[in-house]
Amino acid sequence: MNRKDLLRGDELSVSKALTVIESDRVAARSLIESLPEREYYVIGITGSSGAGKSTLVNWLSVSFSDASRTAVLAIDPSSPFKGGAFLGDRIRMSRATRSGKILIRSMASRGMVGGLSPSIFDAVELLGRCGYYYIIVETVGIGQAETDIVNLSDVVVLVLAPGIGDDIQIMKAGIMEIGDIYAVNKMDTNGADQLANRIRSVLDFVGVKREIVKTNSLTGANVDSLFQLMIKELDKREKRGKIEESRQRRREIAELNTAFSALKEAHSRGVKLEAIMECINRLREDG
Amino acid sequence: MKKTRIVLAKPGLDGHDRGAKIVAMALRDAGMEVIYTGLRQSPSDIVNTALQEDADVIGLSILSGAHMRICDRLLELMNERGIADKPVVVGGIIPHDDIEILKKKGIAEVFGPGTSLKQLEQRIKELVEKK
Repeated sequence: MNRKDLLRGDELSVSKALTVIESDRVAARSLIESLPEREYYVIGITGSSGAGKSTLVNWLSVSFSDASRTAVLAIDPSSPFKGGAFLGDRIRMSRATRSGKILIRSMASRGMVGGLSPSIFDAVELLGRCGYYYIIVETVGIGQAETDIVNLSDVVVLVLAPGIGDDIQIMKAGIMEIGDIYAVNKMDTNGADQLANRIRSVLDFVGVKREIVKTNSLTGANVDSLFQLMIKELDKREKRGKIEESRQRRREIAELNTAFSALKEAHSRGVKLEAIMECINRLREDG
Repeated sequence: MKKTRIVLAKPGLDGHDRGAKIVAMALRDAGMEVIYTGLRQSPSDIVNTALQEDADVIGLSILSGAHMRICDRLLELMNERGIADKPVVVGGIIPHDDIEILKKKGIAEVFGPGTSLKQLEQRIKELVEKK
């Protein structure tokens, strides 16, 4: 995989580069730094398992790819006991696969519990620098507290479906606060209207203005309205300087992640905590 | 650390996916990352997926009898797309006489009925190491 192939976004080279990103932190950083920075948007799709995230991404990614180069990173959980993973998001993305224009990559969460994967920040940065303009990240199916996607994304769509419980669930802190746009999927099933109304009343009470769209990811109904709202939201945030803030935050977290894995590696090679702390203190004293 | 990634697919018009699902779970529990594509995949779908996922191994489950045609096309496309180095293994119902022919064409291994999950896991690990 050479630099020129990566810069022109050759799929095989980018795919091999993503393997490096996932397997070797240090090599990942130098690979990223060998490529010039480019602008890109990260679009976060999150929500409970079985709500229809992958099926929605199947449609949304095609719409985004009509506008500009698009990649999808779909995360599924790794086993905390055996380390393996069953990555089944792709199965829902046949439309996107067959469009021939979208890079789809499945990633395992590899021990991370916030809904993402340890190398996700490096992965989006690499894709951005390889010329992907829209990078859609689908989190693992989440419960109540996996909110890391906010730190990664320029816009977050929270996908919900009827059957998540009563209004008490919607009042809990955490997950319900992270959506910039709410998609109530499976709009053809019982309870979809009720769910949308409950979300609306909770949001009204808190005083935040958010769009709620009812969608059907099987037929594609209203997916285009959702797409238009996402584009509008990105545009709005760009004008308010919010996108630059997200970019800054991504860079900081990527750096912290690298630092953490370097520390972890040193620790596993037998470097004692005292030595690490002493080193940090010395750096601090040196200013 | 490099994890072993395997793309498991069911090519063609064959709806019997119990076997593929059991293999997927066994390999998952062996610590591998299994990308499961599901039913009715064309050779070109499978090659695209293997390329994008940078799979270490491609596994096909075929019970329809179309294994010769599917494997020919798959190997041809892998060559065209520059991923001929990835080993392909086939499981399912493959007549005895066809096994040698498939291997001559470039299929790395054929797992017939009665293969234990342990054997399967072992052989896939060997193929990954050899690569």
